Amino acid sequence: MSAPVTESGKLMTFPRGGIHPPEQKITQDQPIQACPLPQEAVVLLAQHIGAPAELQVKVGDQVKVGTLIGKAPGLISANIHSPVSGKVKKIEPRTDASGYPKTAVLITVDGDEWEDSVHESKDFPWNGRPLKRDIQASPEEIRTALANGGIVGMGGAAFPTNVKYMVPPGKTPEYLIINGVECEPYLTADHRVMLELADEVMVGTEILRIALGVEKAIIGIEANKPDALSLMEKKAQDYPNISVQGLVVKYPQGAEKQLVRAITGREVPSGKLPLDVGCVVNNVGTAQAAYLAVQYNRPFIDRVLTVTGTGLSNPGNFLVRLGTPIQQVIELAGGLPEGTGKIILGGPMMGKATGSLDTPVAKGTSGILLLDQKQAKRAAVQPCIRCSRCVGVCPMGLEPYILSELARQNRYSEAESRGIMDCVECGSCSYTCPSHRDLVDWIRYGKARIMANRRKGKA
Amino acid sequence: MITLFAVLTLGGLAAMFAVLLFLVSKRFHVTEDPRKVDVEALLPGINCGACGFPGCPGMAEALVKGADEGDISHLVCPPGGPTTMESIGAYFGLEVGASKPMVAVLRCNGSCANAPAKTTYDGPANCAIAHSLYAGESGCPFGCFGHGDCEVSCEFDALHVNPETGLPEVIEEKCTACGKCVIACPRNLFELRPIGKRSRRVFVSCRNTEKGAVSKKHCSVSCIGCGKCAKVCPVDAIPIENNLAYIDPEKCIACGKCVPECPTGAILATFPIKVKKPVPAGEPSPAAKPAPAE
Repeated sequence: MSAPVTESGKLMTFPRGGIHPPEQKITQDQPIQACPLPQEAVVLLAQHIGAPAELQVKVGDQVKVGTLIGKAPGLISANIHSPVSGKVKKIEPRTDASGYPKTAVLITVDGDEWEDSVHESKDFPWNGRPLKRDIQASPEEIRTALANGGIVGMGGAAFPTNVKYMVPPGKTPEYLIINGVECEPYLTADHRVMLELADEVMVGTEILRIALGVEKAIIGIEANKPDALSLMEKKAQDYPNISVQGLVVKYPQGAEKQLVRAITGREVPSGKLPLDVGCVVNNVGTAQAAYLAVQYNRPFIDRVLTVTGTGLSNPGNFLVRLGTPIQQVIELAGGLPEGTGKIILGGPMMGKATGSLDTPVAKGTSGILLLDQKQAKRAAVQPCIRCSRCVGVCPMGLEPYILSELARQNRYSEAESRGIMDCVECGSCSYTCPSHRDLVDWIRYGKARIMANRRKGKA
Repeated sequence: MITLFAVLTLGGLAAMFAVLLFLVSKRFHVTEDPRKVDVEALLPGINCGACGFPGCPGMAEALVKGADEGDISHLVCPPGGPTTMESIGAYFGLEVGASKPMVAVLRCNGSCANAPAKTTYDGPANCAIAHSLYAGESGCPFGCFGHGDCEVSCEFDALHVNPETGLPEVIEEKCTACGKCVIACPRNLFELRPIGKRSRRVFVSCRNTEKGAVSKKHCSVSCIGCGKCAKVCPVDAIPIENNLAYIDPEKCIACGKCVPECPTGAILATFPIKVKKPVPAGEPSPAAKPAPAE
């Protein structure tokens, strides 16, 4: 690990647990390429956490890039815009990353016509799109622009961004933390965004900082990206309110609570949000998307994602329009290799396998990982030998071996009193278990059951 | 001397505690209704909870309370069946509610052959976990996973997943209709239906509400909501909602007319159906009729 130059010269990290899976960042030197337009875009109405967007178009409508096709019905939701131009062919359920069919708008692509309001942002990013550094917008206007543009967190959870910047009374934000950690093995999309769109990330960070109304924004970057780290540090010299913090390489540093702990030293209490300790965390990709939304009025229509896997002939980072079937992106990366055992949307630690090549790229798709049959095979579950490795690596200080067993036995109140709801589902416990126990699967099951019971209790 | 001392001390202590225990038992005496003990003895004692009370003691308490109010007709012990309730009714000298014998019925016929797997799942063999992750190996978001959450929940050994079909099978003689499988199934595939006269039952073995063209892609025996069954039903017992037919067990007379009518073979009957006109490429066996060419 090279020693990068940082403000304090010291790399920081979170103190408890964590693992060091093989990094496998095989695509980190691949520049971002634009993925060709699909013939048919499958635009899901639920690409975010919260309520699905309300349909605004009907079959036969002509749409352009940037046309609103789904409107957020409430606060925790996000607008959906057409990522392509063409004709609405069908509105029918299509299988998405959840594994279930969800309402989607199928658009037959015809040319690439953009709405006038977003036309200015059309140029392929680092290809002559002039940097708009002046931020005229007020915090209120920024929040409106984020909401209108359907901007959601690009790290994977896809939480509506504008909601994070609505500070409830009684809470004082102090830091904006921009997450450039990308601790998932294989994924390099954020890394490339920082390298190739550094200026846009910087202005985006500044925009989000103004929206939050804080003095200080910190970009956290792990030391396995020394080029991005030094570039961002250099850029940050022009921005007095932004600093860059180098971080020790450790998974799951990109998890919100771990990142807050690593950078500010503050522990987010159980059941609370980072805002309760004065922090708001967003991804570097989100900052760049916010820049485009505020300065160019450009909605969330495309994203950078990594297509990777040891079997691929041409793995890389691609700028993909939302709604493109993953098959097409995989073709671009060299086609589905023979003997592929699993296709994962996201990274290997927290991503989710998909069963269909027709699954469309959505706002939260940070990568597509292809594993061969040997890599994909889960080893047989053996009895727990009480080695407590899972306890040692849990970044939340939990006891996964007990929690998973309590969940399996449906002993929810005991599991709850042992903090099962604090689990961030990072999978470190399952990764490290020498008996290959399915710890995180059962913990997730327990959490889901407890949440369902809570909802039932409320209703 | 020392022996005498020990005997006196221990004897004294014993006497003291005996008096104490006697007084406490008098002071804090709990009068338990003797009827409750009697009734509990009449109940099956398996604490399944199907009656809606916490185990057999809870049911016994409810029965005694009901008897005091003069009405126990609303209380039913499903696993005990009519015999149990009759003996309890005789004990109290009260009318008991008519308890129809029920049986658990699986409303999915997506076996390995009917709904071939398109993907492979290698996570924990648990239906609830699989349900939270994806639609299923066949792609049907309503169908049975076959991991056997129901089998685990059944306390009467009446449910077993058949490894050949990948579907659970209910042993009618052992099923007490306690309803545990109904709760255990994350896809709500089990339904308690009346056993019916001479065990004759007709039901739609599908829960898929997708459009016919979509559901047929997952499974060859899915209900496509075509409504043919509803047309032939002489007692109007088959409402169709969301592309899915449902046979109302209260109205159904188990005539079996709908079974050969179904183009996908989604309606199952527990008795052989006589087919009048020959069906193309079909055997007149119950519900195993292949779908005609599309």
